[in-house]
Amino acid sequence: MIRGADIVVKSLIAENSEYIFGYPGGAIMPVYDALYDYSDQIKHVLTRHEQGAIHAAQGYARVSGKVGVVLVTSGPGATNLITGLADAQIDSTPLVCITGQVAAHLLGSDAFQETDVVGLSMPGTKWNIQVRKVEDIAPAIAKAFHIARTGRPGPVLVDITKNAQVEFGDFNYVPCLGVRSYRPYVTIDKKAILDAASLINEAKKPYLLFGQGVVLAKAEAELRAFLDKTGIPAACTLLGSGALPQDHPMYVGKLGMHGNYAPNLLTNQCDVLIAVGMRFDDRVTGDLKRYAKQAKVIHLELDPAEIDKNVKATVAIQGDCKDSLSQLTEAVKPSFHPEWMKRFRELENEEKKAVYANDLHGTHGGLHMGEVIRLINQFKEDDAILVTDVGQHQMIAWRYFDFKQTRTQVTSGGLGTMGFALPAALGAQLHDYNRQVICVVGDGGIQMTIQELGTIMQTKAPVKVVLLNNNYLGMVRQWQQLFFDKRYSFTELENPDFIKIAEAYSFKATKVTDRDELESAVAEMLLHKGPYFLEVVVEKEDNVFPMIATGCSVEEVRLS
Amino acid sequence: MNRYTILVYTENFIGILNRITIIFTRRGINIDALTASESRLDGIHKITIEVTVTPEQIIHLVKQIDKIVDVIKTYHFTDSEVVYQEIALYKLPTESLDPGLEKVIRQFNAHIIAAEKEFVVIEFTGHKEDTQALLEILKPFNLLEFSRSGRVAIAKPKFSVQEYLNNQT
Repeated sequence: MIRGADIVVKSLIAENSEYIFGYPGGAIMPVYDALYDYSDQIKHVLTRHEQGAIHAAQGYARVSGKVGVVLVTSGPGATNLITGLADAQIDSTPLVCITGQVAAHLLGSDAFQETDVVGLSMPGTKWNIQVRKVEDIAPAIAKAFHIARTGRPGPVLVDITKNAQVEFGDFNYVPCLGVRSYRPYVTIDKKAILDAASLINEAKKPYLLFGQGVVLAKAEAELRAFLDKTGIPAACTLLGSGALPQDHPMYVGKLGMHGNYAPNLLTNQCDVLIAVGMRFDDRVTGDLKRYAKQAKVIHLELDPAEIDKNVKATVAIQGDCKDSLSQLTEAVKPSFHPEWMKRFRELENEEKKAVYANDLHGTHGGLHMGEVIRLINQFKEDDAILVTDVGQHQMIAWRYFDFKQTRTQVTSGGLGTMGFALPAALGAQLHDYNRQVICVVGDGGIQMTIQELGTIMQTKAPVKVVLLNNNYLGMVRQWQQLFFDKRYSFTELENPDFIKIAEAYSFKATKVTDRDELESAVAEMLLHKGPYFLEVVVEKEDNVFPMIATGCSVEEVRLS
Repeated sequence: MNRYTILVYTENFIGILNRITIIFTRRGINIDALTASESRLDGIHKITIEVTVTPEQIIHLVKQIDKIVDVIKTYHFTDSEVVYQEIALYKLPTESLDPGLEKVIRQFNAHIIAAEKEFVVIEFTGHKEDTQALLEILKPFNLLEFSRSGRVAIAKPKFSVQEYLNNQT
């Protein structure tokens, strides 16, 4: 017989968890006490805030493909997870979050640090449970891992009352292999494959969109094989970036509000639209009433609730896209579409002339964010990981970063969580100390979780923080300029001396204001062994283009 | 907008009802009526939800409910595809019992199921329109209280949750 707290830790070890990201407190202290004895088997990272812990776990999960583990106390410890849960839910990130809870006999009594975290987290979790007895701990954790990592992944929360942590029980870990009410995978419908293949075979202007589903299904090779056989132009969503190397001949760019010109514009000219592991988010589709109305739509998607949700599919292929893509590749005829592809390249050149030139190669005036990303590309390793926050810098970094491998981008896509990047970069770096993790952040977002510089200091994770500082909440300011008559309502920031802050946290820190200094600074940062903080003061009022304004159609994408 | 009956078969799991209802709350959709009880199958609960939505909305709602881990299977039906009933109880002062009331009870085939010195309770089952009609008639008889259940329903199309559970892939 061992204590419930030991069962918690031994269960996490049994699931091969490498890291726990957490923060102690009263209702979880027995588990922390147990952890003291297992430091040779599982590593714990003490963040500076529970939100930092969950974002770090997200960063770890997104890069590693494993389940991120979070451990916090009841009450405020638990409520501080809510943003991360909502983020992981909308971005399909597998997490198991364990929260302490007051003793079972105190539930509902408004005891100290009691909060109904099961109720609070319900809309932001794939599944959650409260455990009030020691014998239920291991089965609940086993089920939690199974649910978090299978099907469309997502965050799961296990709330464990303090009495269960201190009671004694038998430990016999049985991994969960299935839940009868939950069927994460289905057999691919052969008829749907044949219907899709015949649409593709007859298509003159087929077009493929891929999202994070390809990454989650580990279907990168299957996607390439399909594109190699069919010669169909392919564009990615924000979270799909990296699933196909950007130098692949069929890769045509990025979708969405600040994606590339051709991929957005030509959505309304294709005859067959093949969507793989993506959910037609409004940031991708713009006005749905004017989205790809001319096209037959083939949707390869694991989650049945996503099929026909935003865009009605002519042929829906429900199932894991690793299976469906390979079956579809078998079923289609080899083809190529040089004229159609040429159209993408022509428009790409237009975008390059109108946007890239200025974004990437400024010669006078303030520095542009794109110049920093161009130099990062010049010096980074092929497997470098880009972690971004939310806003202008996120869109610019995504647009220009040279994605060569899968799982090289970590960003908050669906929820748009400012403050995500710094802790997420820490989690990504802990997965592999030897890889470059480049954390690009804005001066707004970094200050939402800036305390995590302390966690980076303590773990010695060699994160490279690139702060693109325009002294504005830049994306909001851009919208104020374009849609609110330049009324810059509460978007200008009076910022601290970031270099002093970074140095206080033992970072090697450099601030660049001149174009001449930028190249050597970026090179130095990427050669540096430990944590590095590079602040680049950029043009205050730059805008991100291309842009599809809210309510506009994809064909109304503007270059300026 | 159409009236639909959603039948949800679930594990008997704390919080499941909350997980289901927040799907409606989030989308600003009102639940017309909801009934939950154990089903014919051991350990499996059946939740019957009546809702008035568009054909697109009902598909969307059912998919979202079916996505819940502890939901076994969700079905939806139009009114013509289900046999359904609602039960209503009417409390009246005993002194209102007169030939007029007796006639009404006979006409509706309602029953007096409790008779106290002060009051009687009449029970009547039917569709909402029927129980509502009786309510309107009983109001002038100094109706004291009225209570109506949510819909319980049996689907006409054949399906088997047991068979679904047996076909584990």
